[in-house]
Amino acid sequence: MADIIDILLSASFWAAAVRIASPLIFATLGELICERAGILNLGIEGIMVLGAFTGWLAVYYGADLWTGVAVAMGAGMLFGLLHATLTVPFGLSQHVVGLGITLLATSVAYFAYRLALPQVTSPPRITPFQPYEIPLLSDIPILGPALFAQTPLTYLAFVLAFAVWFTLYRTPLGLALRAVGENPGAVEAQGLSVTALRMGAVMVGSGFMAVGGAFLTMSAFSSFFFEMVNGRGWICIALVVFGAWKPGKAVLGALLFAGFDALQIRLQQTPLGAEIPYQIFLMIPYILSILALIFMSRRAEVPAALMVPYNRGER
Amino acid sequence: MRLEPVANPGLARSLGYPAVALGLTVVVASLLALAAKADPFATLGLILKGAAGSKFALLETLNRATPLIFTGLAVAVAFRAKLWNIGAEAQFYAGALVAVLLGTGALGFLPGFLLIPAMAGAAMLAGALMLLGPVMLKVRLGVDEVVTTLLLNFIMLLFISMLLEGPLKDPMGMGWPKSEPLDRAARLGRIVDGLRLHWGFGLALISAAVVWIIQARTTLGYEIRAVGQNPQAARFAGIPVNLVLVKTALLSGGLAALAGWSEVAGLKGNLTLDISPGFGYTGIIVAMLALLHPGGVVISAIFVAGIFVGADSMSRAAGVPTYIADILLATALLFMVLAILLTRFRVVRG
Repeated sequence: MADIIDILLSASFWAAAVRIASPLIFATLGELICERAGILNLGIEGIMVLGAFTGWLAVYYGADLWTGVAVAMGAGMLFGLLHATLTVPFGLSQHVVGLGITLLATSVAYFAYRLALPQVTSPPRITPFQPYEIPLLSDIPILGPALFAQTPLTYLAFVLAFAVWFTLYRTPLGLALRAVGENPGAVEAQGLSVTALRMGAVMVGSGFMAVGGAFLTMSAFSSFFFEMVNGRGWICIALVVFGAWKPGKAVLGALLFAGFDALQIRLQQTPLGAEIPYQIFLMIPYILSILALIFMSRRAEVPAALMVPYNRGER
Repeated sequence: MRLEPVANPGLARSLGYPAVALGLTVVVASLLALAAKADPFATLGLILKGAAGSKFALLETLNRATPLIFTGLAVAVAFRAKLWNIGAEAQFYAGALVAVLLGTGALGFLPGFLLIPAMAGAAMLAGALMLLGPVMLKVRLGVDEVVTTLLLNFIMLLFISMLLEGPLKDPMGMGWPKSEPLDRAARLGRIVDGLRLHWGFGLALISAAVVWIIQARTTLGYEIRAVGQNPQAARFAGIPVNLVLVKTALLSGGLAALAGWSEVAGLKGNLTLDISPGFGYTGIIVAMLALLHPGGVVISAIFVAGIFVGADSMSRAAGVPTYIADILLATALLFMVLAILLTRFRVVRG
């Protein structure tokens, strides 16, 4: 118990929680946009792998870090376009297409990695984003190092969360986007294109997922290795449900989740943790995600037209 | 654009689009070979040769197809009822785990002809229970089974890893995290002496036939189809939808677990953490390419296994990364679902 209190009082714990939350925030926001427009995007896991790889590769080949982020975003949007083409105008099963996109994006990344670096045993490194201490604010005890001594990509994650909230709830575009996930027929009656709105949402959302993946190779770590996304995409889908499809709650969910993750990493190093197999600790994030889904199951306000394809002229 | 149903698709339409889908997959394969600076025709030839060019290659493909038939059937059964079981990987490991728990002496008192059916039954039970949790959460609380079954895959793999580094670790394993080998009596024999193909393959074919009978000739099969097509209508017609989903889950989880059991008891002889290179996930592709038909699952499992085995051997010879197999399967899947749609609908402007 004393160990847990010690951990909770350390600034490094809170800094780690925010750091672990950052890629989840990007990807969860991406998924949230897709689902708000009525499309379940199960391509998330593979698109994160692709983002992690393409962003890293661009920097490895000499691009600067922000160009790398843009490359990852572009790659994500390209696969988002593929997903959207198959699921929106053609209305194919979002489950099948999503899983297919995950397999495709993952294997394309692995294939390209093997082509680009045929004979490496230890993955090469890049110089990742460095922490930027915001003057004055970073001097606040505990809170300062946790929130204001992070890398620029982490700051971007929080800015993006605000931007997504603002767009969804304070702009006509956001209203149309939310409506298209609830009642696409009504949106069409307003003279707006359901197809364009949904495809745009899936593309932009997929771009955010890829940036979430890129965070792993360009901010959290400095190299790309296989299995590095390791189910984070699926966890983000659970976080969207946990956040009741609202950006603010989704960010809180990601932070809460990351807090538990940071805690379990530290608990492994305590005397108690040494007696428990490490696999138990590694299971915690996945178990928490399932618990979050069960906990929210009664209250979730699922977008009414989620997973319902829209074909004009059918009504 | 919008989609308009085609009343009478005709043979040209029904076969034309799937043929184009296959053709495009071959084009993608050629482009990937070019990207790897290899000759496309030679690469494709090497994949074919590695998959079916010799008796040894062909048997290797059938061995690889065995777990895929089981997981493909598991997925096909579940997807028919629109039960999205993405957890065949976890159920696979549940079956493999039971094989090791029961096959290393625990049931040593049983005569051989009882031991193997007892192990298979217990494995099916374990896999069924593995999927029962998510399906109960779905029918009772409305928790989406896609995410829960996916996350259980990760939990199960960590659980197996824990066991293999702890209580199940083989003391003679030179420190490697692997289980003790199964007793001889608990292993599946070969179908033909001297040929490297075990009875798991035979059982997979029998399972496909059983699933076909269930789907085509029983009330449960009819109910599963009805639930998958329209749960509200099925409920209105008096079908106990939740019960049907639970039965489907038990069948699906049991089939996936047989894959794990047959890999341990028929091929590998012990349990390691890497015994499945994603057989559970690949089962989804197998089932989709087969249009969820049990007979089709056998064919598509052999096709998919052939691509993997062929790509492995091609990669050693031509240097194109083995991941080409995964890309080809993903593109084949996406092209094929689109092609199937286009056989039934035509795209209309406006």
